[in-house]
Amino acid sequence: MNSFLTRYSSTSPDADIRKAKELYGEDEEVSEMMWGSAGGFGNLAKGVPSFKIPAVADPSSFLRMHTDDHADPSCRIKIKHGTTTLAFRYKGGVIVAVDSRATAGSYVASGTVKKVIEINPYLLGTMAGGAADCQYWETYLGIQCRLHELRNRERISVAAASKYLSNLVYSYKGMGLSMGTMICGWDKTGPAIFYVDSDGSRLKGDLFSVGSGSTFAYGVLDQGYKWDLTDEEAHELGRRSIYAAGHRDAFSGNTVNLYHVQQDGWKFIGNYDVSELHYNGPGDNVPGAPGGGYGYDIRVEGRSSSNAPA
Amino acid sequence: MSDRIYLGLPGLATDVTTLKEVFRYRVNMYTIKEEREIEPETFAHLVSSTLYEKRFGPYFIEPVMAGLEKTPSGAYKPFIAATDLIGCLNFAKDFVVAGTASTKLYGVAEGLWEPDLEPEDLFETCAQTLLNAVDRDAYSGWGAEVHLITKDKVIKRTLKGRMD
Repeated sequence: MNSFLTRYSSTSPDADIRKAKELYGEDEEVSEMMWGSAGGFGNLAKGVPSFKIPAVADPSSFLRMHTDDHADPSCRIKIKHGTTTLAFRYKGGVIVAVDSRATAGSYVASGTVKKVIEINPYLLGTMAGGAADCQYWETYLGIQCRLHELRNRERISVAAASKYLSNLVYSYKGMGLSMGTMICGWDKTGPAIFYVDSDGSRLKGDLFSVGSGSTFAYGVLDQGYKWDLTDEEAHELGRRSIYAAGHRDAFSGNTVNLYHVQQDGWKFIGNYDVSELHYNGPGDNVPGAPGGGYGYDIRVEGRSSSNAPA
Repeated sequence: MSDRIYLGLPGLATDVTTLKEVFRYRVNMYTIKEEREIEPETFAHLVSSTLYEKRFGPYFIEPVMAGLEKTPSGAYKPFIAATDLIGCLNFAKDFVVAGTASTKLYGVAEGLWEPDLEPEDLFETCAQTLLNAVDRDAYSGWGAEVHLITKDKVIKRTLKGRMD
């Protein structure tokens, strides 16, 4: 009955392929990429999706010529860049905190970007570098992680998931992929963080920060980090570090998104406006926060003759 | 620059300081020689020719000017002008913008500005234009200042802006 239905329905994937074969002829290659309804992953996707490559002698330098805004700021295509992301491991799990600004050159393209990609209830990925590259490949990673679960009746480890991504981006090395990501989760071995980037690096560690504002975030993070942090202290450290980067780095800011990964999966803690944090802090009676704004002028107001009360 | 001429100098910080001194010197010399205050339009030409002196090695600066000019009847009339880095004058009737956020400022100003605003409405228009444009520019921000120039007083207000 089902096969009968699919044979004559006009909307099923089989019907679409049949129609395409009629149009293009039997031996014309009908790529899975043509079934765009699932964002190129398709419901027929087998293996790694294949991409059409521009018909020029050197595709990667062609793309770089038109997109690399460091070498040529006047280039026509500006890929969204600029970020601060961080993740650290401590006694209570993993804290993941990111900003939400997307810039194209000096233009603030968006202040409400989700830079934490929820791969599945136990895995989080962060986004730095090319927004589209991270979003696409980490969603793709989510599909592969689910298939791993179905095949092996076991959740994928963070190490395996990150290695899958690392090997995948390595196969595109030199083609202009740009991503610096942290794959965070909790598996059999406990909390884990892997740093994966488009150069092919894959590093295991307790503490990472990635993006243009990472130096500012590291400053606060290194100073306040210890393994025995309480959950509240850890949340505050993540929030305060991203605030520091948002304040000092022109290409980071707007809001902070905070996540906590524990044994039973990740939990979204909150979204905090960087300016609000500067003037008023994370809110009244937030556990772990000292109370009041994070801003220097706010903290020192009225404490000395050079900082007289407003 | 004077009680009724204000100058904004967005650009290379070292040129901002240098030009501030140059303009102060030239305005003072004008005042002594002519024994009268410089008019805004005259000042705009002074800015223009000062910048053009460095036509082939310019100061990296895009000045904006605002002031009140004296009409023959003795009343005061609003005046604004801007130049590019080598002194091309732009006497606009509506608004002038400059700096890294200039494209964004044009967009917001185009939407908010209207002719014959009352002082407080003009202030609100300027403040909102500035704050909103600056939030879309990565290089501008961390607070703002608005000077409202009227015939009997100048009100300076420091705005609370986003700190990221």
